Amino acid sequence: MEHILSLIVFFPLIAMFFGFVISKDSVKTFGIAVALVEFIFSIILWIGFDAGNAGFQFVEYAPLISQFGVNYYLGVDGISLFLVVLSTLMTLVSLISLNIKKDIKNLVLAILFLEMTLVGVFLSLDMILFYIFWELSLIPMLYIIGAWGSGQRIYAAIKFFLYTFAGSALMLVGILYLGYQYYLATGTWSFSIPDWHLLVLPFHTQLWLFGAFFVDFAVKVPMFPFHTWLPYAHGQAPTVGSVLLAAVMLKMGTYAFIRFSLPFFPDASVYFLYPIAVIAIIMVIYAAMVAYAQEDMKQVIAYSSISHMGIIILGTFAMNAEGITGSIFLMLSHGIVSGALFMLVGVIYDRRHTKMIDEFGGLATVMPRYATIFGILMMAAVGLPLTIGFVGEFLSLLGFYAVNPYMAFLAGTGIILGAVYMLVLYKRAFFGKLVKQENKDLKDLDKREFTALIPLVALVIILGVYPKPVLTTIDMSVKKMINLMERKALLPETKELLVRVNKVGGTK
Amino acid sequence: MLSPISVSIASLNISLLAPMAILIFGALAIICIDLFTKGLNKSFYVMFSLLFIFLDFTALIGLNGPSRGFFDVMLVDGISVLAQGIILITSALFIITALSNKPFKEFKKAEYYALFLFMIVGFQFMVASDNLILIFLGLETASLSLYTLIALHNRNKAFEAAIKYFTMGALAAGFFAMASLIFYALTGSIELSVIGKVLESRNYAPAVATLAGIVFMIIALGFKLSIVPTHTWTPDVYEGSSAPLAGYMSVVPKIAGLVVAIRFFDIFLSAHIVWVENVLIFLAVITMFLANITALVQEDVKRMLAFSSIAHAGFVLTALMVGTVQAYSAIFLYWILFMFTNIGAFTMLWIARHRKNLWDSRYQHPFTKFSGMAKISPMMATIIAVFMFALAGMPPFSVFWGKLYLIGTVVSSGHIILAVIMVINSAIAIYYYMKLIVYMFLKDPITEDGNIYVANSSTPIKVIVGITLVFTITASIFVEPILGVVTQMLRASGL
Repeated sequence: MEHILSLIVFFPLIAMFFGFVISKDSVKTFGIAVALVEFIFSIILWIGFDAGNAGFQFVEYAPLISQFGVNYYLGVDGISLFLVVLSTLMTLVSLISLNIKKDIKNLVLAILFLEMTLVGVFLSLDMILFYIFWELSLIPMLYIIGAWGSGQRIYAAIKFFLYTFAGSALMLVGILYLGYQYYLATGTWSFSIPDWHLLVLPFHTQLWLFGAFFVDFAVKVPMFPFHTWLPYAHGQAPTVGSVLLAAVMLKMGTYAFIRFSLPFFPDASVYFLYPIAVIAIIMVIYAAMVAYAQEDMKQVIAYSSISHMGIIILGTFAMNAEGITGSIFLMLSHGIVSGALFMLVGVIYDRRHTKMIDEFGGLATVMPRYATIFGILMMAAVGLPLTIGFVGEFLSLLGFYAVNPYMAFLAGTGIILGAVYMLVLYKRAFFGKLVKQENKDLKDLDKREFTALIPLVALVIILGVYPKPVLTTIDMSVKKMINLMERKALLPETKELLVRVNKVGGTK
Repeated sequence: MLSPISVSIASLNISLLAPMAILIFGALAIICIDLFTKGLNKSFYVMFSLLFIFLDFTALIGLNGPSRGFFDVMLVDGISVLAQGIILITSALFIITALSNKPFKEFKKAEYYALFLFMIVGFQFMVASDNLILIFLGLETASLSLYTLIALHNRNKAFEAAIKYFTMGALAAGFFAMASLIFYALTGSIELSVIGKVLESRNYAPAVATLAGIVFMIIALGFKLSIVPTHTWTPDVYEGSSAPLAGYMSVVPKIAGLVVAIRFFDIFLSAHIVWVENVLIFLAVITMFLANITALVQEDVKRMLAFSSIAHAGFVLTALMVGTVQAYSAIFLYWILFMFTNIGAFTMLWIARHRKNLWDSRYQHPFTKFSGMAKISPMMATIIAVFMFALAGMPPFSVFWGKLYLIGTVVSSGHIILAVIMVINSAIAIYYYMKLIVYMFLKDPITEDGNIYVANSSTPIKVIVGITLVFTITASIFVEPILGVVTQMLRASGL
């Protein structure tokens, strides 16, 4: 267990190098095996994780450039633990569901490389290390969208890459400036996140730095108005690309908000609370309306992602244990649900080579099992109680209710709108008469698709009914972070707000 | 009657000259050997040159700390040793690429190797002095040899490049002479340290003359560093010369020019003359923007790399403006990392060299040539992609660490806006590096014959690619030791 984090981060990379030798027809099995081992590692990490310890665990530390304060520094806490498990799970599931034949070897290796970067992002405790993984994750996704996508795939891939790369450029200046501030305060350079958590910055500096970090995270989430790359990327990406993009890569942005923006800049976070909340509400409602207007199933789910990310942001900026824990749980649930939904769209696309809702109708009669699973996941996406989607959404909105009930109510209408577009999609595609001739002999889910989807459906229900083990682990680290924010807060307004919003909750 | 001057040998400090002397001896030896023998294989000349570069390097390693020799004409300090080290390592990597698979006329000629060694000597003198005349001599020796090396490539484009470089270089030399003349007239000295002291004691008056001197010097050095607006020769000259030579030109003359620039501008920056700082910032910003934007529309990979090297020069110019020990170490760190990656990238183009312009009548390496390369020779394509991502400053590859440290320096000097401009530029730059990757990995191949991409490859060249590639990928573990050596050397120079 000493080096389990290094193992989790670099195992897929090493496996990727071995994979170069493996022949084309066996590489998919190899990929699944590696992803399974990786998933088992992450489960071992979960089992070994001390749920009574709110700090970073399994810490690994080695100086890299000591003169400049750059270190190899890994650690896991309640906030990142489940995101790691989610990454390994979704990679495994997406590899199982993979049925692309063209250049399969390159694809599997790219996915393994992507897995390394995703896990690395969540486990890095050094800002430069984090930045390395953050940037590296773009390369495999660029390749996956650009090489296996459809339509204007190259345009979509480049747009995705340039958007996110340009966003992170500003963050680099922010990171270096923060490192310099640390240097001024202590006389040594350091980029380690726990060190920075202790650094109290002047309010004015916080505002600027918050802005520099915000742009990058907002592009990644993606927040309105930086969201335009996402529907494009989803529209052209192959199923596996969409699954990983929606399930894990989007979470990098919201994770970064919780890990960096809130504890580094508590006063600035509170200062910008309302503008960000307004953006989040716009995301929730506007994206839901756009989703309703889509004719393409994949685009519906893509826009619904943006809508859900709005609620995650809202929960994050509730600044209390319920909101932030809820938003992290919603990240997990959205990861599982949207990943599964993209996979389901992929299933029908494989059969019919179209994603247009108009082309379907009455599918429930020919594909009952497919319709059932789609139905369960759709309910989870809508946030039906006793499904995984409900817990996170409810907690996020409950958390924000303490900040501003009206805004929480407005965001709540997003859930209704969500029900509208999802149910309409379901009605148009699955119910009614089977009119189209091509749809009459569609095959139902096969074994491969079943194996990939059943674990996700099980999780949707199990965690929907009994989310407590996950929630308590997250909650502890979140509380520690909020405590840190309170101690660091400079302005009386910040302190006042943090005390106020944290009084209401029941989990305290 | 002149009175006899007695000079003790010890005061000459011969050891400072030893590195250059070794190389001059080697160059002369090559010429002599050529006189007496016939038809020696190029591998002999390459290895012979390499041997003397190695000897030169060993003579260099012993030197450290500021010491002067030859009536104070030579100044070998930490900066000088570092720069000479970079020059020699680059030269060693470069000369091996002459062992290509395809025969080229210039590699058969002994003069090529002799000129090459003379050129290195010129650059070494240029960085090992603060005497404007010796710098000028070094500059001209190196440049004249370099023009000839380009022309020896024996293509129409090569002649064009050589003539273009020569005429522009002659102009720059004129500017350099003018700048020296003005400072001599102002201070009565041609030694930069004395010039600095005298100017400071007079409070930089008369201002007009100082201004003129600085402007002339900026133009002269700007030409060597390919700073906008004196950059126009770069793409054409790179295009005309062979790929490794272009890579060499984007590293070695620039580090030599940078050292002279460090020595020269330190006079004004340490006195905090604001307008010099502003001019440098302006030049750096305009160089980055113009080069990056022009690179976006290039259709030829080599020309794109030429503009990219201009942009990289603009990048390090910002650190020159900051002018602290940390900034200078950032320059050297950046340049060492950039050197390996850039040499690697140009060597990959060299491997893909094909006699005929199969794809485009105008360009040797158009982007379309690399279309779908990942499907035909995936290994080559991946290596090129690594070099491109590294040049773009993608973590964790080599240049990223240089970029990180450089921007960190700029940020800690308080120039936040400049730092933002720098990262905006690296965001622009990623597009044209990525363009090549998009062509290689995402487009469909135009040919089935994978041979055309490796036509010119040979084991020695593969070794060079291997060395630069390993360094580029694993740079994160080399940054610490390099930074240690660089900082120690710079502190020893008493900056």
